[in-house]
Amino acid sequence: MATNTKMAFSRRAFMRTTGLAGGGMLIGFNLFQACKPQVTIEPPVDLSNLDYKDFNAFIKIAENGVVTIFSPNPEIGQGVKTSMPMIIAEELDVAWKNVHVVQGKLDTENFERQVAGGSQSLRHGWDALRQTGATAKQMLVNAAAARWGVDASQCTVSEGVITNPNGETLGYGDVVTEAAQLEIPENVTLKKPKDYKIIGKDAQNVDIDEIITGKPLFGLDYKTEGMVYAAVLRPPAFGQKLTSFDASEAKAMPGVLDVLTIGDKARKLVEAQPNIANILSTSDKVVVIAKTTWQAFKAKESIEAAWEDDVKMESTEDHDKVMNELLDGKEFNTMREDGNVEKAFAEADQILERTYEAPFLPHNCMEPMNFYAHITDEKVHLVGPIQTPAWKAGAVSAMLDRKPEEIELEMTRQGGGFGRRLYGDFVLEAAEIADKIRKPVKVVYTREDDMNDGIYRMALKYRIKAGVKDGKVTAYHLKEAAVNSNMYGLIPNFFPAGAIANYKVDAAVYKSNITTGAWRAPYTNFLAFAEQSFFDELAELMDVDKVQMRINLLKKVDAEADERIQYSPERMIKVIETAVEKSGWGTKPSNVYQGFVNYYCHNTHVAEVADVEIENGQPVIKKVTCVVDCGIVVNPLGALNQIEGGVLDGIGHAMYGDFGFENGKPLASNYDRYRLIRIKEAPMVETHFIANEIAPTGLGEPTLPPAGGAVANALKAATGNRLYKQPFAKFPELLKPKKQEIIG
Amino acid sequence: MPTYQITVNGVSQSVDVAADTPLLWVLRDHLDLVGTKYGCGISVCGSCTVHVDGTAMRSCTMTLEQVEGKSITTIEGLSEFGEHPVQQAWKEIDVPQCGYCQAGQIMTASAFLERNPNPTEEEIKNAMNGNICRCASYNRIYRAVEKAAENMR
Repeated sequence: MATNTKMAFSRRAFMRTTGLAGGGMLIGFNLFQACKPQVTIEPPVDLSNLDYKDFNAFIKIAENGVVTIFSPNPEIGQGVKTSMPMIIAEELDVAWKNVHVVQGKLDTENFERQVAGGSQSLRHGWDALRQTGATAKQMLVNAAAARWGVDASQCTVSEGVITNPNGETLGYGDVVTEAAQLEIPENVTLKKPKDYKIIGKDAQNVDIDEIITGKPLFGLDYKTEGMVYAAVLRPPAFGQKLTSFDASEAKAMPGVLDVLTIGDKARKLVEAQPNIANILSTSDKVVVIAKTTWQAFKAKESIEAAWEDDVKMESTEDHDKVMNELLDGKEFNTMREDGNVEKAFAEADQILERTYEAPFLPHNCMEPMNFYAHITDEKVHLVGPIQTPAWKAGAVSAMLDRKPEEIELEMTRQGGGFGRRLYGDFVLEAAEIADKIRKPVKVVYTREDDMNDGIYRMALKYRIKAGVKDGKVTAYHLKEAAVNSNMYGLIPNFFPAGAIANYKVDAAVYKSNITTGAWRAPYTNFLAFAEQSFFDELAELMDVDKVQMRINLLKKVDAEADERIQYSPERMIKVIETAVEKSGWGTKPSNVYQGFVNYYCHNTHVAEVADVEIENGQPVIKKVTCVVDCGIVVNPLGALNQIEGGVLDGIGHAMYGDFGFENGKPLASNYDRYRLIRIKEAPMVETHFIANEIAPTGLGEPTLPPAGGAVANALKAATGNRLYKQPFAKFPELLKPKKQEIIG
Repeated sequence: MPTYQITVNGVSQSVDVAADTPLLWVLRDHLDLVGTKYGCGISVCGSCTVHVDGTAMRSCTMTLEQVEGKSITTIEGLSEFGEHPVQQAWKEIDVPQCGYCQAGQIMTASAFLERNPNPTEEEIKNAMNGNICRCASYNRIYRAVEKAAENMR
């Protein structure tokens, strides 16, 4: 998608409707038209025909001047329900306090990016959101100018009030009915960043009042008249299938309405769309329908089920062995190759090779997976937390053989996403159950279901080898061994691609029956630790300053000469130099041990410095200084929250996240055996932004990947021990400082 | 099924549920008080925290027998319009990311500050350590508790 602010934004992308109850104007816009330009849009004849097929976001301006903005993208805690409407409100030129934000529904057919993922909502929405606000504003100004008989260009606007050259004023509400009759203008003027009144100012989460008072917001809170609850018994181990079950006890339990099985429709869908098998077990599943959640949970526990091993039952040991074999082997998919690494290694003075290992990780959204479905002959109504509403509505349509227009999907606020709610296996389950029982039903996972029927971050290993000749890094070879899938195409072009003449990225994969998928900052969530640890060790080997080595490499990059390289060496160097200054790198007292990292992913440049001190003989992470270049910071208050959360999430999983399997069964099923970071382990995060006027990029992910590396490098400085495997807490002997003389 | 008489947010309620039904699910499914959240079901994450006679307790493992005759307060009853100083501090600091765990965090913090209006950093962290925030909004949780303590003085 073009980032040119003059990007053609066709009038077809807009629609306005008059005759709202109580008057006013509704302007609809197709936020994603630029992604799929062949979509044609017909304005609805009246409001009763208004739906979300053509327009996925709306601004409503009432005669009293109140502005309602419907925010299209799923809200999973990343703050887009606040930040995306802020961009519209800026160009519309209304006071933010007068804006009411409502979660938009799904457009099931035409649009591609009504998605929460990849930290891309703001980056993709930036142009369209601004154009939308500016277009609506221009229509209102044109209406006022026409009434006054003056030229629209002579009018000014501030916070929803239009002023003409004579000093007369009209509010948006005063002219909204006339504005709705006018032609939609093209080529509207966008504000300059220096004139921003909303963008760049702190805005609180738009749902803050509802959150702090416990209002129903989340999928788990959603209820309808006559709704029943479903608990689903799934195979206890990956690779197993149901053979028989006895639900006689369950059926006699209080509140239990029915016990049934599902699986036929899922298998039919898998036949048509084989990739679905990567996220959905095709075993039969036993479903308890009950009047309350607890009754459903209890009855599910009482079911005696027999399972057969359908395929090989895998264990962590197997994964470890097979990934080592992959790294030692020769079967790789080469994802980028510059120069000749083999030759450069042969000619090198010094060689460093290290291997890094990470386990599977569950997502552990605090709100367990759940989804509501109500299916009748007329309609398929789906409600709940989902990051990919369009994809899932399409899959339900295919699975149940229902027309896309019969499917209505509403998104609730989502109690975390982290990638887990991209997959919507739970939506398919809810739909299959609802289709069978024809009652409004909500599928609710127990925490144990949530952790054990996951779509995990895959186990990963990286082996990195570098060659040094005449004091310069001349060769770099990164190998990935991963379960189920390898890094996507952009990653091999991240730093240090472009900085080293002989450079190669190889990837190998092992296909497992354990379901895996995207987990906040896929692949880089571990790769950044591996590479940033490696750079430190390489600098030690070369006996150069760790930060200077990174800058030296960045200075060799000519990003203009290689279109695959999206990171900017200049922006990265600026981030690094700012981090050096703000963290006091190299100037700390001797009891503060620092670790340095810099990273680029999801289009954002980041540097982090972790400070570790020894307290009672143990290293303690005291502080992380984080410098971020994400372009224009739309909502600093929300941005800081994402940055702090990303850093602490990265540290938490690097320190504690451990998830293994034995004979296909997960070894932990709740937070008693799976450790998440808590407040006592959370260091203070101090954030600094690089101020510029570059189009904004996302923040949901980019600060997470480097955090584990910052901590590992600081722990090395504090203890003398280099960490190669996550989670660090699994190796307590490496977290103890070596003898004092070695540290010094 | 036995009948229990419980007092929630000042209102006496009569509920017929199986004896093993946790208070959490009675609040959510029977009384439509969904502000109290299900997180783990084993008292280790804190999402389901409510006040029982002013003490922060985990409702996911608490039976109705244990709370009969006691006064239960949920997030919905902490204040009428969200004006409790802890809620206001949460708003001022803009703590939530996804927001799911925050009712539990607020209930833990409010009971704690009742007992200890002048906490140290260590005391705040000890008090809040039982509540997991998967978004890791811990820096802001800490600052909001500090802020609430200030506001309550």
